[in-house]
Amino acid sequence: MQRIILAVVVGMISFSAVTAQTNNKLVAASIARGKTVYLQRCMVCHQADGGGVPKLNAPLDASTAVNGSDISKLVKYIVKGLNDRIEIDGEFYANAMPAADDLKDQQIADVLTFIRSNWSNKAGPVTLTQVKQIRSKLK
Amino acid sequence: MKKVTPISVFACLFISVLLSAISTSAQNIKPDADNAGLTLPTGFAALKVADNVGRTRHIAVNKQGAIYAKLERLDNGKGIVVLKDTDGDGRAETKTSFANYIGTGIAIKGNYLYAASNKEVFKYALNENGDIVDENAAATIVTGLIDKGQHNSKSITLDNAGNIYVNIGAPSNACQEKDRTKGSMGMMPCPILDSAGGIWQFKVDQFNQSYANGVRYATGLRNVVGLDWNNQLNQLFVTQHGRDMLNNLYPEIYDTTLSAELPSETMYAINKGDNAGWPYVYYDHSKGKKMMAPEYGGDGKKTVEDKFINPAMAFPAHMAPNGLLFYTGNQFPARYKNGAFIAFHGSWNRSPLPQEGYYVVFVPYENGKPTGKWEVFANGFSGKTVVKNPRDAQHRPCGLAEGPDGSLYVSDDVKGTIYRIMYQK
Repeated sequence: MQRIILAVVVGMISFSAVTAQTNNKLVAASIARGKTVYLQRCMVCHQADGGGVPKLNAPLDASTAVNGSDISKLVKYIVKGLNDRIEIDGEFYANAMPAADDLKDQQIADVLTFIRSNWSNKAGPVTLTQVKQIRSKLK
Repeated sequence: MKKVTPISVFACLFISVLLSAISTSAQNIKPDADNAGLTLPTGFAALKVADNVGRTRHIAVNKQGAIYAKLERLDNGKGIVVLKDTDGDGRAETKTSFANYIGTGIAIKGNYLYAASNKEVFKYALNENGDIVDENAAATIVTGLIDKGQHNSKSITLDNAGNIYVNIGAPSNACQEKDRTKGSMGMMPCPILDSAGGIWQFKVDQFNQSYANGVRYATGLRNVVGLDWNNQLNQLFVTQHGRDMLNNLYPEIYDTTLSAELPSETMYAINKGDNAGWPYVYYDHSKGKKMMAPEYGGDGKKTVEDKFINPAMAFPAHMAPNGLLFYTGNQFPARYKNGAFIAFHGSWNRSPLPQEGYYVVFVPYENGKPTGKWEVFANGFSGKTVVKNPRDAQHRPCGLAEGPDGSLYVSDDVKGTIYRIMYQK
């Protein structure tokens, strides 16, 4: 009996190690795809270092909005754009952000996963399921 | 012993008075050991008049040498800072502040100080010492101007016939139906031009003027931040921020390198009624042509020959000319007289290429026309050899002013440093 329990425990551990590994690989792939989207669509304003442009375009690096647990706003900014002058971390940013509603759900998940894990950001990945759910409520 | 006449005594006194005045002029002011971190042409030196003043946009200097700096963010609830050098060492010893609004434009003409918020222009009387008579007695001469965040700063300059000129920037990149959005066409005609995207002229001695009382003096100017009245030519000159994002919006026409280099930043000599063509055209300095904007049918090749004015001078793209000043002093060598200084705030949309600008440029003039060549006059504001990302710049030049002794003052809107540049043989 003890042997069986041991075998089950060992099996569970190795299974979760494998899923963690698979998960890491999936996240790494998402980050890589997200980087491509970032370079094409976001970098011109938000900059290569994610620092944005003082007073014009909001920084993504070290931003509380980007690193927060509520990702619905982030998805909304990408899909709907932003036309109002916005205040983030006590600073105002004047430029309009165009809507990127041509991006697929997966691309939005990827670019957000890239942004939230890049530079000094250490927030968790954003999944396709999360983006789908948030986006469906936006329409 | 020679007889001392009353006249020679008077002459001696007069000379000693002159000498005491000279002792506080630029020749005898000790510059900072590192020239305030700036690289300058031979013979020039610089010092920091003040540091951490706030986000200083434009500046004005009165006849006594006091500096009025307009802030774009309130500092202790105040939006205009007054700096005075009381001991003649070139550095400000006293700092006071007043006015409860943010903004960019500030100018002194005659016995008045004019200052702009992002919607209004105010006027204050100055006394014989160049001080504000009553800080709380601001007269509103212009009100109700458009402020939608983007390109909302109002710059001002005055002519010699009782008029003030105000820039009203277009709250848009290229007048697309949806701003900065790929695939969105340009609106025809661009409705923004009715109330923005140009220079408006108002009277200095009338109150509460708005669009109905003002004259749209020039149009087709996307966002002018630097403007100055050239007293030698009796003409308005402006520097325009050209449009952004050609590559993002039209990647099939413009690659990232073309998008970093186009369109030109431009300086225009303005006559009443002029149209510089935004949003329908942009200027390409490599071709020397006005190009049809892609939102209005352009393909990167179609030029527009007539209709709109040509720039007096064109510069590489996106460098953000925020301050313009025609130099009228005698302190600098003769070639600088009546030439133009331009403060380039520095670019942000040239990535993946390095950013450009972050310096003060000199444009030589001969016989009332630019010679066509410009040169970097003061560099080193950013503290970096190459600025990759805008937030790395330690200082960004924004406003320019000439002191009574011919020194050139430069403001920085990152840390609020005020620089004084002097010629010392």
